[in-house]
Amino acid sequence: MEDIKKRIRYNKRWNYLFMIIGLLSTMVGLILLCALMIDLAMDGGPRLSYKFLTSFPSRFPDEAGILSAWVGSFLVLLVTALAAIPLGIAAGIYLEEYGRKNWLTNIIEINIANLAGVPSIVYGLLALGLFVYFLKFGESILTGGLTLALLILPMVIMATREAIRAIPNSIREASYALGATKWQTVQWHIIPYSTGGILTGIIIGLSRAIGETAPIITVGALTFIAFLPTSPLSAEFPFISFKWLMDPFTVMPIQMFNWVSRPQKEFQLNAAAAGIILMVMTLLMNGLAIYIRYRFRKKIKW
Amino acid sequence: MSTTISENLKSEVKNLNFYYGDVHVLKNNNLPIARRKVTALIGPSGCGKTTFLRCFNRMHDLYPHNRYEGEIILYPDGINIISPKIDPIEIRMQISMVFQKPNPFPKSIYENVAYGLRVRGINKRHILDEKVEKSLRGAALWDEVKDRLHKPAFDLSGGQQQRLCIARALATDPRILLFDEPTSALDPTATSKIEELIIELKKEVTIIIVTHNMQQAARVSDYTAFMYIGELIEFGKTDMIFTAPAQKLTEEYITGRFG
Repeated sequence: MEDIKKRIRYNKRWNYLFMIIGLLSTMVGLILLCALMIDLAMDGGPRLSYKFLTSFPSRFPDEAGILSAWVGSFLVLLVTALAAIPLGIAAGIYLEEYGRKNWLTNIIEINIANLAGVPSIVYGLLALGLFVYFLKFGESILTGGLTLALLILPMVIMATREAIRAIPNSIREASYALGATKWQTVQWHIIPYSTGGILTGIIIGLSRAIGETAPIITVGALTFIAFLPTSPLSAEFPFISFKWLMDPFTVMPIQMFNWVSRPQKEFQLNAAAAGIILMVMTLLMNGLAIYIRYRFRKKIKW
Repeated sequence: MSTTISENLKSEVKNLNFYYGDVHVLKNNNLPIARRKVTALIGPSGCGKTTFLRCFNRMHDLYPHNRYEGEIILYPDGINIISPKIDPIEIRMQISMVFQKPNPFPKSIYENVAYGLRVRGINKRHILDEKVEKSLRGAALWDEVKDRLHKPAFDLSGGQQQRLCIARALATDPRILLFDEPTSALDPTATSKIEELIIELKKEVTIIIVTHNMQQAARVSDYTAFMYIGELIEFGKTDMIFTAPAQKLTEEYITGRFG
């Protein structure tokens, strides 16, 4: 009996040891993130104000703001979402529900998986050739948005496919057995039941796109922009204008990059403040993704 | 083996062969299906009874490399269900199926039943209301769910879910109703409810049921076909099959010597 107790104590010692190692490993990530946040907040916090959000960049650090940067980020992301969401979902549905399994779809599948791992600067080079020079979109919001759309397209496709794959086959059979066509099944079952997973994938894709700098610089976003794109609404007929698509732009990370590269300490503080806002935007988007996933998981259990 | 019966026929299987790729699964099967009667398909696991059943609504067309040969004639129009010239959707609109595990859609009870009608373009509220009630009554579920038609179907118990699936299959007024081991995932109480329902339903609709439960076949069916490794060994009136089978293999199976 004593022997067994001794043995158990010995066995448990290793158990506790790992628990401590595991806890410390977890803490490393958390503590670093917290330290980063606190550092940013201490540097940039005092600079945060309404005026910071509504001012253009300036050569006087106290007057400089991120108006053109966040408007640019917002518009670029809008183009990205409008391009990547329909393309990605349609491609994902096609590959899962329509495409026959043969060597061609296998090759497409491997390609898409690889595209997700291509460094973002390579997408920038591709976009520079395709959108800027070949299609003559120039160094515009349209080019920036489409470039980021290319970047997150594989993520949207994969999220769509995974969400669709989680739907049991018995649901498809039930629908087909009632005389539904493939499209009726997709429209009434496949899309609604995979919405949670697809939305999660889209938001995570967009939250990656919002922080991307390299491909946007490659296609020629400017680092100093002291004006806003053309307003999409106008007073004269036809009231809606798409001229803003062709306007030059900057985005949040580029504005930060610009400030960080300046020698004055005051601009560094501006960069930290912009960093806080960018981080809050990203965290909000990721939070939304987690919430949506939670809501849909609760609603549909297979 | 006799495959003729003195009944009004709803359907007739003639020389049915079925292949999964190169695998010859069903071999030269012949079977009459009597109108408004229950025909049971029994046999050990893997004998091809579910494959046989799924020929009737062309479910095999959903997957590649499947091939039918022969005929399944649907009366009174005399069309061949498995002819490649016939659109499988046209067949599925007339022949409904209830699956092994209850598979309601993650939608409301009402929408589950209304789905087959919506597929047919019926969206008028009063027609849907009427059909949904009639089908739920037909599936002996109305009284249990009439106060919560718009609640999720997943909230129902397993037996209720299966009766909901039956209501869903009834809503489109099918000419034949196929049951693929409908009670294998249910407890005895729910099972006996479904069995009573099948006996009730045959007044209106022709039923084919696959079951590996021989007592169930004996209780609910009028005709029984015994299958073994893709072949139809014996067919006849259910009481004859269970009391005086002509084939030795049938006798061994129903007395439990294998299976």
